[in-house]
Amino acid sequence: MWGFYFDELIRSLPFFLKGVWMTVAVSGLSLVAGSIIGFICGILRAGKSKILRVIIGAWVDVVRGTPFLVQVFIVFFILPSAGIELKAFPAAVIALSNLTASFICEIVASGILSVPKGQREAATSSGLSSYQQLRYIVMPQAMRAIMPPLVGQYVLLIKDSSVVSAIGVVDITRVGWLTVQRIPEGIMVFGLVGILYFCVCYPLINLSSYLEKRMTVMTVKL
Amino acid sequence: MLEGFNFRVILEYLPLYGECFLATLWLSGLSLLGAILVGIIACAMRLSQSRIISKAAGVYIESIRSTPLLAQLYFFYFGLPSLGVMLPEWVTGVIALTLNSGAYYAEIIRSGIQAIHLGQIEAGISSGLSYFQRMRYIILPQALGMTIRPMLGQAIVLVKDSSLLSLISIVELTRAGQTLTSERFMPTEGFLTTAVFYLIIYYMLKAFSNWSEKRLVFKEAY
Repeated sequence: MWGFYFDELIRSLPFFLKGVWMTVAVSGLSLVAGSIIGFICGILRAGKSKILRVIIGAWVDVVRGTPFLVQVFIVFFILPSAGIELKAFPAAVIALSNLTASFICEIVASGILSVPKGQREAATSSGLSSYQQLRYIVMPQAMRAIMPPLVGQYVLLIKDSSVVSAIGVVDITRVGWLTVQRIPEGIMVFGLVGILYFCVCYPLINLSSYLEKRMTVMTVKL
Repeated sequence: MLEGFNFRVILEYLPLYGECFLATLWLSGLSLLGAILVGIIACAMRLSQSRIISKAAGVYIESIRSTPLLAQLYFFYFGLPSLGVMLPEWVTGVIALTLNSGAYYAEIIRSGIQAIHLGQIEAGISSGLSYFQRMRYIILPQALGMTIRPMLGQAIVLVKDSSLLSLISIVELTRAGQTLTSERFMPTEGFLTTAVFYLIIYYMLKAFSNWSEKRLVFKEAY
């Protein structure tokens, strides 16, 4: 029986590849949007305005304190009652971008705060504008602390994207779920699902630990 | 969006939410205990002298960390019956959560152990302590003390991850929101209430984490 189901599984491989594509599309879009929003919010959170700091802090807490599944449901079911009709795909991208942005915001803010204060003061006394300070003095140094957790966050993003299958986005997990109704060998089907996720995530995990090693060595050298 | 927010429905469903809140608490509490235990064992195996044992633990940790929890959950949910193992849903859910968080705890504990000076372990060996005595009296107290914050962070993640159990029809907080949505078609009331309950757990754990950082007991024990 295993052999028969295995052949069936091989035959539905194109379906799985479509799922991989969907996972990559959802996480890729959210990665770009989340990074942009996250960096802006992170810079503001480490900035001077107290009101902005408090507002962003509260937003981060709410996003961090609730499960992603609940956030997906809120975007998918509640926004329509506010008059914003969304298909599953944009709803998934919005929810995932929001989640990623909140985590990246914290990473960026703590990276910026890890830059010694003297650097900023030196930049101010050299007459750099605050944009120039950020661009040429603070960010290049902060990136060293930001990069390793940032890549780690991208891995989490790909894994969290599996949750959007709950609102019917046909990603790898959803394909597995649909296939298992037809091929009742859960171990085989979800083994394949796991392998596909592994293929997508593993290079990023390695990149993350490589960066972590490299960046720490650089800090010691300073 | 919030005009016509129906508090009476929430009051009516409050007993259900209370029940589900408790369910989330004990499901994640049970998984947390299991996960810490699995984490300690997997970590001890990872750092073992024997290469085979170390490799086996490495494979476990890496494969868990590079696949999403939802895929693992479905793997056990659909996979165990096809092996002829019939378990109630909640047992499957707790197993998946335990094994998932266990891998993360193994890594957290490992980073704690590797921060301990080698001299301490050598001193333990030369005082004639056995492996278990060294673990119990020298390594673990320090490692647990140093890693209390990341461990609480992972506990928060675990509680949030328990929301995925609703997808294999276990009754917990997220399921309560879904019930309200399907019985009364009130997703706004349903999921926002769910989110509030999760935030309660989140803020409690966060407060505990901040408190524990201030306490000297939990800082480096030496």
